[in-house]
Amino acid sequence: MRPVSEIKVTTPHLGNLHLLLDDLFDRLGVEYIKPPPSSTKTLQIGVKHSPEFACLPLKINLGNFIQALEQGANTIAMAGGHGPCRFGYYGIVEERILRDLGYDFDFIMLEPFRDGPWAFYRTFAELSTGLSILKLWKILKSSFSKGRAFDQLTWRSLQVRAFEVNRGDTNKALRQAEKILAAARSQEEVAAAAAESMAVINSVEQDPGRDVLKIGIVGEFYLLLEPFSNFDLEEILGNMGVYLERTVWVTDWIAPRRDNKIFGFSKHLLAEKAEPFLSHNVGGEGRETVGSTVLFAERGFDGVIQLLPFGCMPENIATSILPKVQQQHDIPVLTLAFDEQTGRAGMVTRLEAFVDLLQARRGCAPLASLKRAAKPETMPSDGCAGCAVKSASGAACTPGS
Amino acid sequence: MIDRKTAYLGIDVGSVSTNLVLLDEHTGVLAAVYRRTQGQPIKAVQEGLVELTGMIDVDELEICGVGATGSARHLTGVIVGADVVKNEITAHAVAASQVIPDVNTVLEIGGQDSKLIVLRDGVVTDFAMNSVCAAGTGSFLDHQSARLGIPIESFGEYALRSAAPAHIAGRCSVFAESDMIHKQQVGVAVDDIIYGLCHALVRNYLNNLAKGKDLLEPMVFQGGVAANAGMKRAFEAALGVEVVVPTYHHVMGAIGCAILAMEQELSPGETNFKGFEVTGLVYETSTFICEGCSNTCEVVRIKVGDKTLARWGGRCGKWEMQDGASGRRRQKAAAG
Repeated sequence: MRPVSEIKVTTPHLGNLHLLLDDLFDRLGVEYIKPPPSSTKTLQIGVKHSPEFACLPLKINLGNFIQALEQGANTIAMAGGHGPCRFGYYGIVEERILRDLGYDFDFIMLEPFRDGPWAFYRTFAELSTGLSILKLWKILKSSFSKGRAFDQLTWRSLQVRAFEVNRGDTNKALRQAEKILAAARSQEEVAAAAAESMAVINSVEQDPGRDVLKIGIVGEFYLLLEPFSNFDLEEILGNMGVYLERTVWVTDWIAPRRDNKIFGFSKHLLAEKAEPFLSHNVGGEGRETVGSTVLFAERGFDGVIQLLPFGCMPENIATSILPKVQQQHDIPVLTLAFDEQTGRAGMVTRLEAFVDLLQARRGCAPLASLKRAAKPETMPSDGCAGCAVKSASGAACTPGS
Repeated sequence: MIDRKTAYLGIDVGSVSTNLVLLDEHTGVLAAVYRRTQGQPIKAVQEGLVELTGMIDVDELEICGVGATGSARHLTGVIVGADVVKNEITAHAVAASQVIPDVNTVLEIGGQDSKLIVLRDGVVTDFAMNSVCAAGTGSFLDHQSARLGIPIESFGEYALRSAAPAHIAGRCSVFAESDMIHKQQVGVAVDDIIYGLCHALVRNYLNNLAKGKDLLEPMVFQGGVAANAGMKRAFEAALGVEVVVPTYHHVMGAIGCAILAMEQELSPGETNFKGFEVTGLVYETSTFICEGCSNTCEVVRIKVGDKTLARWGGRCGKWEMQDGASGRRRQKAAAG
């Protein structure tokens, strides 16, 4: 390992994780080199150097690392973990590929806290000089609680966007809110900034009368967390006027609890819900995908969208089970597999059709109106008078009979 | 001034074919055009419109609504001035339930994708669209027809003559092709190979799209591939039910979006339609990389002369515009 003063650490992108890490490395006094935001170029670099059969997240990770190393990073921190999913091998494979490419760097594998607190502490001790365990614990705690506040902002934005009056306002507010929160340091400051930033999101001009569709987003954790990998699916749906809840969150994932603070439901509960369809763990988030689909159905959501990297074994197991859940719980499910394709048109087509389908179930369908006898005087130019859900194309949909 | 007949225009621009229809006010087809897109959607739409004007006297028609669908629907919408821009799944479902009002299942195989739509009581309740495999689509049939030297139009004829279809692997087009070559080299009759290929495509389609879905009658088979009588026969053999191929099976997407345009009930003159004159305009499309942030989005710009008609492709929305109004402003106007 390099001396702490020379360490320039980098990590892969994972949704808003970099906001938490910005804070953490700042407190530890370590220089943090953020990879440039994932882009087509990142993907191209990753694909070029990855095994062809590896799943999408590994390819993007690798692209992140190479871009960061080229910007001067000399230490890579990567999450480890275990389980019957390939993720546990990511760090090892990625390190080998990068060494073969001739990069000079130190590699830190972060194993989950629950697998051994001492190993976890030692990893961080390498990244800090002379910090007592107590001090380190305090730092981790502060950064983590800030990370949780970042997650809460994103969580709220998924709901506000469905009601926003001016397209783009929620995005702007989210960026502004994140800036406010990022500047906070002490515990009191973080608490105040969390409230202030949340107020910024809530102040987005909204149309509370909109009766929006509710969709639950389930599936593989990387695809859910990293907007680049799913073509900003949440934003596209939000712009169509869809209220979203997703199952996986960065801070819930780092420290799973019985009452996962962000999603609000524990793994344990999801396993219980999945029980009639899938009674054991199949790795990754396979069981949670089945369980949360049941949960969303019970909570009265209009539909569920499952995201997975092409070739993901646990999610493929879930995919083959979901038709049964769909049937028994009467909830439409759309499965989207992602790979290295960069054209988003195919996905948008499916999302539009899915939203049409959900509207139809609410009696607000293009088809239903064909059989309608009486028709309204005026046609809204965008959206439906009945359910006020905007159809993606801007075409009007009319209340059914 | 002569009394002009009300008509609605539907345009479906897919990866392989570009289809245009003119409907009368009772959704009857006045004229239909089916042509190849050949990688140039704008040109295909313009030439398609010219072809339409050759089939029917458009001066006697009052176009009261225009719908666009297919993968190039947004582009088409900008070019012709569409009132409705709708995804092809909904468009196909609308058209099918117009032809057979109580339809429960729509099988659709196009050039580059295939869809399965499940309806109940005229409402779409489930759908599936193939994503990563070309084995079950028209392009693969096209490729095989070229390889066998048999025009694609006669594929059906050959398949109908077969009494014992050869078993062809249907999982992947590469496996299918090597299987076909093997069978042909050991002397299997070409009729049986072609009908075997139809079976393989049907198996692939059902395995990929029909998972866990209840396929009930009445069943409609549409899209370009529905012209192939061998495919209809293979579907009927696999499912054990009658499969209906509508007269205008090849232009159902266009019919669907024309019906959706009709539903807007615009009064004459309210339509965005830019007229058949657009066939004479020269559209210039260009792309540039936005350097505004690290996303480096590829933005597409469509221009006529000096006037920018549309821009899209950015992730942040700052470039998005169609016909002068930016995406943001349009949203505001619509919401307010």
